Amino acid sequence: MRAATSTPPADAGVGAGGTAVDTHCPYCALQCGMTLSPAGRASVRVRPRDPSAGGLCQKGWTSAALLGSPARLTTPLVRDGGTLRPASWDEALGLVASRIKKIFAERGPDAVAVFGGGGLTNEKAYLLGKFARVALGTSQVDYNGRFCMSSAAAAAHRAFGLDRGLPFPLADLEGADAVLLAGANPAETMPPFLSRLRRATDAGGLIVVDPRRTPTAERAALHLAPAPGTDLALALGILHAVVAGGRLDHAYVAGRTTGFEETWRVAAAWWPERAERVTGVAAADQRRAAAILSEAASAYVLTARGVEQHATGVDTAGAWINLALALGLPGRRGSGWGCLTGQGNGQGGREHGQKADQLPGYRKIDDPAARAHVARVWGIEPSALPGPGRSAFELLDALGTDDGPSALLVFGSNPVVSAPHSARVADRLAALDLLVVSDIVLSETARTADVVLPITQWAEEDGTLTNLEGRVLLRRRALAPPPGVRTDLEVLHDLAVRLGQPPERFPADPETVFTELRAASEGGPADYSGVTWDRLRAGERLHWPVPRQPEHDKPEHGKPEHGKPEHGKPEHDKPEHPGTPRLFLDRFAHPDGRARFAAVDHKGPAEPPDEEFPLYAITGRVLQHYQSGAQTRRVEELRTAVPEAYAEVHPDTARRAGLSDGAAAAVVGRRGQVVVPVRCVPTMRPDVVFLPFHFPGAQRANLVTNPALDPVSRMPEFKVCAVRLTPAGEREAR
Amino acid sequence: MTTRVVIAGYGMAGARLAEEIRRRDPAGERVAIVAIGDEPHLPYNRVLLSNVLAGAMSAASVRLQEEGWAAAHGVEVHRGREVVSLDRAGRGVTLDDGTRVGYDVLVLATGARAWVPPVEGLTGDDGGLAPGVATFRTLDDCAAITAGTRGGVRVAVLGGGLLGLEAARGLAERGNAVTVVHPRRHLMERQLDDGAGEVLAQVLRGLGVRVLVNSRAARYLPGDGLKLDDGRLVEADLVVVAAGVRPQTAQASAAGLAVDGGVLVDDDLRTNDPLIHAIGDCARHPGTVTGLVQPAWEQAAALAALLTGTRSPYRGTKVVTRLKANGVDLAALGDVHAGPDDPRAEVLWLSEPARGRYAKLVVRDERVAGAIALGVPDAAATITQFYDRGLPVPPDRLALLLGRAMPYGEGGAPGGGDAAALPETSVVCRCNAVSKNTLVAAWRSGARDLTALASATRATTGCGTCTDTVCGIARWLARADKEEAAGVAHAR
Repeated sequence: MRAATSTPPADAGVGAGGTAVDTHCPYCALQCGMTLSPAGRASVRVRPRDPSAGGLCQKGWTSAALLGSPARLTTPLVRDGGTLRPASWDEALGLVASRIKKIFAERGPDAVAVFGGGGLTNEKAYLLGKFARVALGTSQVDYNGRFCMSSAAAAAHRAFGLDRGLPFPLADLEGADAVLLAGANPAETMPPFLSRLRRATDAGGLIVVDPRRTPTAERAALHLAPAPGTDLALALGILHAVVAGGRLDHAYVAGRTTGFEETWRVAAAWWPERAERVTGVAAADQRRAAAILSEAASAYVLTARGVEQHATGVDTAGAWINLALALGLPGRRGSGWGCLTGQGNGQGGREHGQKADQLPGYRKIDDPAARAHVARVWGIEPSALPGPGRSAFELLDALGTDDGPSALLVFGSNPVVSAPHSARVADRLAALDLLVVSDIVLSETARTADVVLPITQWAEEDGTLTNLEGRVLLRRRALAPPPGVRTDLEVLHDLAVRLGQPPERFPADPETVFTELRAASEGGPADYSGVTWDRLRAGERLHWPVPRQPEHDKPEHGKPEHGKPEHGKPEHDKPEHPGTPRLFLDRFAHPDGRARFAAVDHKGPAEPPDEEFPLYAITGRVLQHYQSGAQTRRVEELRTAVPEAYAEVHPDTARRAGLSDGAAAAVVGRRGQVVVPVRCVPTMRPDVVFLPFHFPGAQRANLVTNPALDPVSRMPEFKVCAVRLTPAGEREAR
Repeated sequence: MTTRVVIAGYGMAGARLAEEIRRRDPAGERVAIVAIGDEPHLPYNRVLLSNVLAGAMSAASVRLQEEGWAAAHGVEVHRGREVVSLDRAGRGVTLDDGTRVGYDVLVLATGARAWVPPVEGLTGDDGGLAPGVATFRTLDDCAAITAGTRGGVRVAVLGGGLLGLEAARGLAERGNAVTVVHPRRHLMERQLDDGAGEVLAQVLRGLGVRVLVNSRAARYLPGDGLKLDDGRLVEADLVVVAAGVRPQTAQASAAGLAVDGGVLVDDDLRTNDPLIHAIGDCARHPGTVTGLVQPAWEQAAALAALLTGTRSPYRGTKVVTRLKANGVDLAALGDVHAGPDDPRAEVLWLSEPARGRYAKLVVRDERVAGAIALGVPDAAATITQFYDRGLPVPPDRLALLLGRAMPYGEGGAPGGGDAAALPETSVVCRCNAVSKNTLVAAWRSGARDLTALASATRATTGCGTCTDTVCGIARWLARADKEEAAGVAHAR
C-alpha cells in the first residue's frame, strides 16, 4: 500500500503564496491527491501527488482555473426590483435573518428548508445539519446525495447492516482477477480509478454492464448491454447461472448469510434464457459472466449510478449484492461488493446529518438513543430535535405549496439543473418567498435566488472529506481567498448568531467543528471519534470506523499502528485506533453477524416506452464535466472540449427521425423536451437516446427525466424514461 | 366481501396465479384461494427439470414455493388431490376423495399430460407405462429416469422435440448412451426449418447424442430396446417418451365447456361459463401457442388482476422457443418456414454446419417476422428484442442476422497496435483528451520520451492505460526520425 506518509508532512504553506501544498482534487469521490503551487491567484500549478496510484484526469489538471476565474462571485447579491445587485455581507445576511424570522413567525420552523450537497466537506455537512435542526429547528433538510448513491446505501444497510461505499481499500482492487462493473463508467467519471483494474483488465476479467458501449465497456472482456431498466433481471439471470452451473459458494451461504432460500425462489424463475428475453443480454454471456466471476481467485462486484438511479434502485443494487453473496465475495479479503460513490464527499456527506432522516455518525433520527446522544453534544433537549423530514425531490416538489416550505437555503447544489423534472423544480423555486444560494459562481439556481452568498473554493479553505473507500482525507488551504468571499462555515456561524444562537455553538473554524463532529459521531456506525486533524496531517490512512480510545488507555506519544483493530496492543498500552480498512472480515453488522440476501424481483422501468414515446432516454456523464457543470462549464479547456449537450443515438434511429449527424433534435417526453444536436454512434442500441446531464437551459437532460421515486431510498428514476426523437425547430429555441 | 377462487391444478400456472393474486391482495381481503394439485409435491418449476435430469439442480431447488408459503399467505392447498368433476350449476367441484369444494370463481389450471404414442409394448395391460419406460413431464418422471439410468445405461428418447432434446442432452451429460428417435424429417420441425434441423442434429451428434430422424418406433422390447418400423433395433435399457403433451380437459368437456385442443378462453381468460376461467397448458387462447411457461405466467398475471378488481386483458404472447441444453444455443421465433420464394418476405440465412451455426431471419414490413439462431447467441438475444418490441429492423439486415445491430460483448482495450495506422485525430489519452496529432506535435517540439510527452500533453497521467499506445507512438516517431536522418545522409 502506498502510504501518504511518503509525502512531506507539510502543514507548511497554509495560506502562503508560492509554497507547494498537498491536497485533493475538488471533484469526484476518488479524491485524487494533488499538489498545488500557487504563484498568484491566476496561476496555481497543479500536479498529481501520487502518479503511481493514478494521476489526474482533465478535470483535475484544470481545476485551478476556476480560482482566478472572472466568473466567480466576490460580493453578496441581493434581488432588488427583479435584478440581483451587489450588497454588503451585513445587508445580505441581515436580510436573510429577518426574512427567516418573519416566515418562522407566520408559518413555523418547517416553513424554512435547507438543501445541501455531497460536495460539502464533513465539517460543512455536519454544521449545516446542526444549523437546520438547532438554529432553524426545521425537519426540512436534505441534500443532493439523495440523487446520487442513496439506493446503494439503503441496499448495503439491508444486506450488511452498514453502508460504506467500498468496505475495503481501493488498493485491494489492484489484486483482482475479475471485476464486474454494473452501471459504472469510471473511464469518464473517475478515470484514474481504471489504473486499479489493470490486472483484471489484462486477465480478461473485466465485465461491464451498461446499455451503452462506453469507454469503460470498450475495455471490457465482456460487455453486457441490457435494455435500460432491466439490470435487476440481468442480475437474477446471472445468479441463476451461478446456481445452475454449480458455482454457488455453499459453505459461505450457509455460514455467513441468511435468506438465500427466498432469494433463490425468485432467481429460479429467471433462467438465463428468460432473463435474455427481458434484458437482451445473451444467455451465453450471462453464463460467461458467472464463470468469470466464480473462477477468479479474486473477484469484485462494483455498482454505481446506473444501478441506483431507478425507482427500483434499492432492489437493483440488492440484486447485485445477492450475486456477490452467492459467490461468497463480501467480507473476505481479496474480494467483495462495493458502490462507487460519485460526489467528492458523497461518502462523508451522507454520514453527518444533512440527510432528512439522519443525525451525525450515520445515526437514524428516529432512534431515541441517537437523538439523546446528539442532543447532549449539541447542548439541547432531545425533544427539541425535529424528526425526519422530506426527501430531496419531495422537498423541492413541496416548495411554495400550502404545506411546504416557503424559504430555502441552498449550499453546494444546483437543483435547477440537477434535479429530475427540472421545469417543475424551477417553478417551485420561483414560488418561494425566500431563496438563498451559497455558491462560488452564479449557477442556474443562484440566478433565481433572492440572496446569493459568495463563498470560498476548495483550495482556499481547510476541511476533511471521506472518499469512496471510507477514508478521511484532509484538504488544505493553498492560498488566501479573494477579498469579499467567506467560507460556508462563516456564513452558517453568522446566520446562526443573527437567529439568536450562542456564537460558540456554531464555530467557523473547521478543525473546531471537526472536534465536535468527532464527539457527535462517537458510538455511531460511522464513528470518527478517533480521527484527529493531527493524525491526518501526519499522513495516516484512516478508514472509519475509528473509535476514540479511552483516555487512560492512551500512551502519551501513541504511535498509530496499521492493521486490524482486533490486533491492538493489551489494555494498558493501547495505541490509537488504527481505523478499519476492511469491514466485515469476521462478521457483518447485523445483530446475528450475517449478511442478508434480499428476495428482490424485476419490475422494469416506471415509464416504459410506448407508441407515443417509443424510445428510452438514458442519462449520464462525460469526462470533461462534473455534476450540473456549474464549475466545469466555466473552465475554458473543458468547455472547449465539450461545449454543449447532445443526444447520442444509433444512426438508424436518427435517420428514421429524419435527422442527420449534428442536426438539432428535440428529445420529447411526457414532462418536457430537450433540444440538442444529434450525435450518431453506431454502437448505440437503436431504442435508446443518451443525454449527458451537465448542461443548462433547453439542454437540461432533467427536463425529461422521471421523478418516480424508489420507495425506500426516495431516489428518482434519472436513468430511464420514455421519449421520442424529432427534428427541432431553429437552434435559437434554446 | 371476499370472492372464493378455486384453482384446479397447482403447477406452473396455478401456483403462479396464487402468487399473483397475493401480490395484489396480500391479506386476502378480496380473494380467498383454494388450490387443488394432483401431485404430492410442493409446486415446482417444470422448466428446470432438464437441470435436475442433468444433475445440476436438486428437486428442492426447483420448488416454486416453500413448505410454509401457502399457509403464510392464506392459501388452502389440497395436495395429491385431483378434480374429477365440475358442477357448474351448483358452483362446486368434486375431488377424487369425494370432497366437494364450492367456488365463486373456478380457474382451470390443470395443465397437460405427457402423450404416449400407440407403440406396441410401451404401455402395459393396465394402461400404465411398461417397466423400463418413462415419460418426461413431472418431478416423479425425473426420479424414475434418474433411478433407471444410475451408472450409465443405454437410453432411447422417443421424440426429437424441445423436451426430448433437453432430456437427451441432460442424460448424455450424465454419461448415458443416448439415441433420439424422431419420426419426422428433421428435429423440432415445429420450430425449425430443414437446414436448422440438420445443423442441430449435427451439433447434438458432436455432443455424443445419436440422432435418428425419419424413424418410427414400431415396438418396445423390454431388455432389448426399440424396434423401428424399418426393422432396425435401437438398443436401450430405458425408453424416455417425449412425444408431446395433451391438455387436460376431460372434466371441462364433461361439464360442457367449449374445448378444442384446450379449453377455449377469451382475453379475460374466461371460458363459455362466465364463472370459470382457464390458464396455462389446459387453455387455448386465440393466437397463443401452449406448452411454454411465458404465456402461462402472463395469463396468471392478467387473471390475478381481473380477480382482484383491475381488468387487464391478455392479448396473447409472442413465443420465443429456447432450447435449454448445455452446449447448444438455440432460439426460434415466429414464422421460420418462409423461403426465398416468398414474395412478401425478405429472407436471409447463413449456414455454417462445421461450426454448428445456423442463422435465419424473416423480415416482413420492416419487422422481424421469424428467426432461427443456432450457435449465434448474440443474434438470438438481439433479434428477440426486435421481435418482442416490434421495432423496425435496421437497414443492415446482415448485422442483425449476425447479432451486431446492438452493442455486443467483444472487448479489448485499444492497445499498442500499429501507431502509424492510427488516425491523426484519434484520441489516445481519453482522461486528458489528448489526440495522436497533439502527441506528434509535442514530439516535434522536443518531447522525446514518455516522461516528456506526459508532461507536455498530460497523456498517460490519468488512468495510465494509454501508456502502451503512447510508447508505441514514441517508438514510431523515433523510427521515422531515424529513417529520415538515414535518408538524408544517404542523399548526401
